[in-house]
Amino acid sequence: MKVMEGAEAIADAVRAAGPKVVSAYPITPQTHIVEALSQAVADGRLDAEFITVESEHSAASVVLGAAATGVRTFTATSSQGLLYMAEVVLNIAGMRLPVVMTVANRALSSPLSIWNDHQDSMTLRDSGWIQLFAQTAQEAHDLHLVAYRIAEDPRVLLPVMVCVDGFVLTHAFEPVEPVSDEAVSRYLPPLSLPFVLDPARPATFGAYADPTVYTEARFAIEAAQRRSAQVLSQALGEFAALTGREYSPDFDRYRLDDADVVMVAMGTAAQTAQVAVDEMRDEGVAAGLVAIRRFRPFPAAELVAALGNASRIVVFDRSVSLGSGGIVAGELRSALYGRLLPQIVGVVAGLGGRDVSVETLTQAFRAERDGWIDLRPDLEEIAP
Amino acid sequence: MSASEHLIQPGHRACAGCGLLVGARLAADTSDGKIAVVNATGCLEVTTTAYPQSAWRVPWIHSVFGNAAAVATGVRAGLRVQGKDVPVVAQAGDGGTADIGLQALSGMLERRDDVLFVCYDNEGYMNTGVQRSGLTPFDAATTTTPVGEWSFGNPLPKKDLVSIVLAHSPAYVATATIAYHKDLERKMQRALATKGPRYLHILVPCPLGWKFEPRSTIGVSRLAVMSNLFPLAEWRDGVLGRVKGPAVPVSVDEYLKAQGRFSHLFRDERGVDARATIQNMADETARRFGIRAYGDVVGVESPAGHAGAASSNG
Ligand code: SF4
Repeated sequence: MKVMEGAEAIADAVRAAGPKVVSAYPITPQTHIVEALSQAVADGRLDAEFITVESEHSAASVVLGAAATGVRTFTATSSQGLLYMAEVVLNIAGMRLPVVMTVANRALSSPLSIWNDHQDSMTLRDSGWIQLFAQTAQEAHDLHLVAYRIAEDPRVLLPVMVCVDGFVLTHAFEPVEPVSDEAVSRYLPPLSLPFVLDPARPATFGAYADPTVYTEARFAIEAAQRRSAQVLSQALGEFAALTGREYSPDFDRYRLDDADVVMVAMGTAAQTAQVAVDEMRDEGVAAGLVAIRRFRPFPAAELVAALGNASRIVVFDRSVSLGSGGIVAGELRSALYGRLLPQIVGVVAGLGGRDVSVETLTQAFRAERDGWIDLRPDLEEIAP
Repeated sequence: MSASEHLIQPGHRACAGCGLLVGARLAADTSDGKIAVVNATGCLEVTTTAYPQSAWRVPWIHSVFGNAAAVATGVRAGLRVQGKDVPVVAQAGDGGTADIGLQALSGMLERRDDVLFVCYDNEGYMNTGVQRSGLTPFDAATTTTPVGEWSFGNPLPKKDLVSIVLAHSPAYVATATIAYHKDLERKMQRALATKGPRYLHILVPCPLGWKFEPRSTIGVSRLAVMSNLFPLAEWRDGVLGRVKGPAVPVSVDEYLKAQGRFSHLFRDERGVDARATIQNMADETARRFGIRAYGDVVGVESPAGHAGAASSNG
């Protein structure tokens, strides 16, 4: 057990996974991750091509090109950087390349903010990437290893975004038990892809598709997304056998069995939400928590099964589909529609680094209707 | 070479007379197939890779419009760490090179990545329906620089992309066009044999966008060189080496009137001045490369009577 910064814990897992090509472009609060990896390369602890590029667009492009040749790759980004690489992000998924990327979650402009919320990765939720959200530095470390495992599984072959709260996780120091290099090498077999760019066996990647085949190609991604849930479950099972650390493949269930009022949260706030649940319980409310780990593919069936007893669900969103409401709330409503009939309240809070305290979350528990719960009560939108 | 041996197979979907496909096939065949190709979005991609078919007999990858150079960096790195010493060729049209792809190209050249970047310059966004790009020449009519009562085609001169590339001190730079295919093949061979960042700029006339008959593609390419608007030059480590230009240059009029995109230059008085300006550009280029300018050729009148004056300005 070591006390490590979140970014360092992530970089250590990536180093142990042994990517052959790493591309790096700085953006806060991701920077400590690629800095640590560049140091690992400089010290000879990681044998990789470390490529400093001129933009996130190129950072994504470099790992795309390298992955297509059949090697393990890594890059990390945040916020505007993720948006800047967006078109390549979609192409990586479309070309079924098993890239693993950390997204240090950060708010989007405008106004400019360097602080945490989930708007960046949520904006790319439809890109075809598997999305996993970590709650702690330990989990962030572990999920990166699991991410390579599922991305590279022949039943999946999809990129994975490991989403970690910027600053709150990336820059916080926590005790972490790193997986040993020897255990990692047992857990992660060498990458072997069915098709690679190789003059010995020429193949065309990223072809042009007319209307007779485009749908089929997109559906193949959808099918792989669905398959990945099962693969993730197996990969986490083996990870538990290796390390003793167990993670559920969809979401954590906290005091859920007899819960009447359930909060749904993602990322580091889920840890705070446990305390809020306990406080609500002390007040006599049968509160519980669902802490989503796997946002893509969305665990709809699992949520239906787990939320059967709840009469009221409060979804805490750290991102918003402007003009429509909290994103997870919307997804949950469509997942439950016609199957369960709880009252669902969507609350948006913690945007742009606004503190998410136990009080914020108990306030959310008490919210009666959808809304932005931590707006200052003395401020109102003034119509032009 | 029989048709079945070409590395870009027949049966692609390009327009009849497409100079781009001629250039790309010449370039690919020169490599003997021992390359990996990274392609930007554009005519070359959509005409040769319509799934489930592919005209390419070499490893080929397309990602998006502006990132061919960066993907090539990744491909090169991926192949190198596996001990596969295969030249990587990134290729794009003028839009994917000089406009949207310029940042990635600059990054690749700056890092001194071992990649050959080939620009197939057809002087416009042809795949989307002939719009102006940074490499569209002065006064050319395109769908976004149309000719009208108040406009006279593209008001901006063609971006000097080769100078921008040269400012990065690449290992090898050359210009070529399909009319001089031996020259093109030789430059492609040299580029492939060189290590480090390399750049080949190939002028590839587009019958659709330049508005000429498909049978004239090679003739129009030749006139670009003969009129000094497109000298064939080569730089090694930034030093200008061999330049090929016409022994007896032709006036730019010969080149311009062969293409419908310049037809407005021959309609009325306004065209006379415009052609003189273009002749000056050609003469300037000739001087820069140390080849004969049209106005210098004894006994040849400059078309608008301005070329001589331009020489004395030089
Ligand atoms: S539009 Fe021009 S460049 Fe494109 S395929 Fe047709 S001739 Fe070739």
